[in-house]
Amino acid sequence: MSGIIVWTIQLTLVPALSPFFLGVVRKIKARFQNRVGASIFRPYRDLWKLFHKNEVISEDASWIFRFAPYLIFSSTIILGASIPLFSNFFANNLLSDFLTIVYLVALGTFFLALAGLDVGSAFGGFGSSREMTLAALTEGGFIFSLLALSFLAHSTNLFSITRAISILPLFDFLPIILVFIAFVIVMLCETAHFPFDNPATHLELTMVHEAMILEYSGKKLALIEWAAANKFLIFLALGANMFFPWGLAAQNNIGGIVAALGIFIFKVLLLSTFVAVLESSMAKFRFFRLPDLLFTAFILSVMAIFLIL
Amino acid sequence: MFNFFSAQFWFFLSLLFLAFGAVGSLIFAKKDRLANWWGNGLAILASGSGMVAAVKVLCCGEFFKYTISTTLPNLAFSFVVDKLSAFFVLIISLIALLASIYGLGYIKHFYKKYNLGVLEFFYNIFLAGMLLVVTAHNSFFFLIVWEIMSLASYFLVIFENNDKDNIKAGSLYFIMTHIGTAFIMLAFLLLYQATGSLDFDVIKENVGQIPLLIKNLVFIFALVGFGTKAGIIPFHIWLPSAHPAAPTHVSALMSGVMIKTGIYMFIRLFVEVLSGTELWWGVTILIIGIFSSLLGVLYALTEHDIKRLLAYHSIENIGIILLGLGSTLIFISLNLKTLAALSLVAALFHTLNHATFKALLFMGAGSVISQTHTRNMEEYGGLIKFMPQTAFYFLIGSLAISALPPFNGFFSEWLTFQTLFSGVEISDIFTKLIFILAAGGLAFTGGLATACFVKAFGVTFLARPRSGKVLQAKESAFSLCFSMGTLALITLVLGIFAGAVSKIILGVVHNLNVFQQVSSAFFVPGKTFVLSNGFATVSTPMIFLIFSVVLLSVYGIIKILTKKRKVKISCTWDCGTKLKPRMEITATGFARSIITIFKGVLKPSRQLEVEYQDADIRYFQKSSTVKLEIADVYKIYFYQPLQNLMIKFSDQTKNIQNGNLNVYVAYILLILLLLLLTFVF
Repeated sequence: MSGIIVWTIQLTLVPALSPFFLGVVRKIKARFQNRVGASIFRPYRDLWKLFHKNEVISEDASWIFRFAPYLIFSSTIILGASIPLFSNFFANNLLSDFLTIVYLVALGTFFLALAGLDVGSAFGGFGSSREMTLAALTEGGFIFSLLALSFLAHSTNLFSITRAISILPLFDFLPIILVFIAFVIVMLCETAHFPFDNPATHLELTMVHEAMILEYSGKKLALIEWAAANKFLIFLALGANMFFPWGLAAQNNIGGIVAALGIFIFKVLLLSTFVAVLESSMAKFRFFRLPDLLFTAFILSVMAIFLIL
Repeated sequence: MFNFFSAQFWFFLSLLFLAFGAVGSLIFAKKDRLANWWGNGLAILASGSGMVAAVKVLCCGEFFKYTISTTLPNLAFSFVVDKLSAFFVLIISLIALLASIYGLGYIKHFYKKYNLGVLEFFYNIFLAGMLLVVTAHNSFFFLIVWEIMSLASYFLVIFENNDKDNIKAGSLYFIMTHIGTAFIMLAFLLLYQATGSLDFDVIKENVGQIPLLIKNLVFIFALVGFGTKAGIIPFHIWLPSAHPAAPTHVSALMSGVMIKTGIYMFIRLFVEVLSGTELWWGVTILIIGIFSSLLGVLYALTEHDIKRLLAYHSIENIGIILLGLGSTLIFISLNLKTLAALSLVAALFHTLNHATFKALLFMGAGSVISQTHTRNMEEYGGLIKFMPQTAFYFLIGSLAISALPPFNGFFSEWLTFQTLFSGVEISDIFTKLIFILAAGGLAFTGGLATACFVKAFGVTFLARPRSGKVLQAKESAFSLCFSMGTLALITLVLGIFAGAVSKIILGVVHNLNVFQQVSSAFFVPGKTFVLSNGFATVSTPMIFLIFSVVLLSVYGIIKILTKKRKVKISCTWDCGTKLKPRMEITATGFARSIITIFKGVLKPSRQLEVEYQDADIRYFQKSSTVKLEIADVYKIYFYQPLQNLMIKFSDQTKNIQNGNLNVYVAYILLILLLLLLTFVF
């Protein structure tokens, strides 16, 4: 019985909480800009509103455009269920191998980029081109940052990694800090945040993520927006739990899980505040300077691997 | 002698079918339809029996040897089919079967234009050549069948001889393949000199007598020789021009299968016969693998000729296979045989996978080309509405080659990653660095390949048509769709049942005598695939299952909940202007930012030519042309200096040839004297 509860939480936690953290980041950014800002629950209402709207689909769109939102959303649901959120006792979870995670993320990106191309607008095409350029260069940093951790834990399973790292002496944390910096760069890129992309932009010429989804409306737009929020929370959770895996429930009992959920939300709040502050305090980079940043992430991870081994 | 229905019987039956197919097509050359049905029909029968033979060897262990001695010394037609050969026979037959079915429909557009008898003749000979190459066990015999395979494929490359470019591509292929063969001959001659035999078995038994220097030389020569056929960088220049030139089903075979004969001989020679003694062999192959995979995918991104793009991806995938093979050799030399076996499984699995999805992609491209009559991707667009089946199969091929789950490319790349990770964990700092570079290379290759196939699929099939050529396109004939559909299904099945397939491949690997009595590097309990050191676990059936369930339930729930919402079909947001095909992103534009990022390697150039209305007042432009080009680094830094050296050398030899008859007579006299002197002393 409690197994079912845990599984339900694991499966629904990411889609349930993701709009909230989006709202938090927006709120903090608004305060930095001297605005009151919308409520932190605004993203929920946006989704609700979008799900109730009729939609307009381009006559040029094929089934890829219609099908992609479902696939992208499903991939984030699966990702959310396969990473450590509040516990570390699912070790034989079959999808928690980090390469599987990386390639599932890539699968979503692949279809998002195709959907951007599908309607044949110039903006969508350029958005896809930019997105794929960044995604191609991020993959190295993404794989290697998690690889460094799996060498520490001698396992590629994310749950085993959290368990191994939580019992590590504090002295061994130098390489983990390096890897964490690399991971943050990867996270900002994958979730379309500054300095890679402006999630709030209204200028098509500088859009990356937003340009691809310009033609979506109604429930499909809701799905895509929700999936993007999920992806943001997935990366926040990875950052919070993989690198600072304290406070995860080690046993399957109700009290422990409730406490772990609280700690999880606190950790992710901290990290999303960090993202919001970062976003408010720096400018978007010129597109061709971004690869330098991504290669930096890769090289930092390689350095960390050498320190670990 | 022949036990009916033994593996041996089926194998020779396959060769017999191919011989009949070849001769018959020549006889029926005057009648297009008959030649097509005869040639491809017998190729289908031959591939079928080849598959039966291979399966019998792989599953029942019916190895067979067969030797026909001849009066010539050292030449014996000797076949040995062990599991490794059978594995390659299976790949060849499988792809040949589907390529032949595809060919039945595809070559119809050659009717009355080209001589189909000749095409089918060389096609059958080509198939027979490949089957013999992976089974020959005597180096002299091997060279003969190798040459048959190369020449037959050369004639297939220049088959569409109305296009002058094809002849040029063929000539380049002809020259490169023979340079390769020369190196192979040198390698075999060195082995003959050291062991006194041309038979692979005898060489293997006497491998202890071979001095290290000779072994190293054999390694280098074989690497260059077979590497030329496999298309490793920098010996690949023939590949992107020759593969696209051939008719599509032949391109599928050349890219999917023929280049793998090079890989087969790498394994046969380095792993089995010489049993990979030196550490630097593996390191060299690993480095070549890194360069081939990264440069292959980067050059693929620059292409907008769809078949050339796919050809460059073959180079990339050969690179990935070499990453597995290189780790195998490194692990053997470090005496870590369990890991070596694991790496070889990764390499062989990727060989199989690449054969399936590359054949699928080439067939998809061929299907598009046969309808639009152009290979230029900039003239496609929106084909998903005109050719829905082709588009769907091409999408599956793109997903597989981009290593996305749950298709087969994902698993073999996962496995290759795991072997490289285990390499990183071994102690020596230098090899560790090489392995890290290799894993990094593979990571970036995977990302870039995904980008490249978003481009290839998106520009070809999505958005609006970019030229009138698309508008007349129709879905291809049944035989084409059938072949593509079958291959698409195979990529999915191989992906889902990856654990079971890798068990079979492990059987192939353990059959090599280097790996006998080596414990297995992985277990497949139930649906999961577990490395025996506990480092990693993956379960492709579960990925597929969970993905399907989640996708279906999300789709279902959303559909039910939003049943009442209306969908309006309208035009794409056009900013108030009328949308034209020129406003869509092009293949060149899509890849331009990646090319700019890697400009150090790709050296892109941009040339602007403006023509003015008036030569004096240069205000009003009449037309302007932008030329975007990519400089070939290997041509500039490898082939150009080589050519200059050759020319310099030739210039020097010119000095002794002054055209005066008396001088030549003097030369003869001198040589005669020299020879006499050597005989005297």
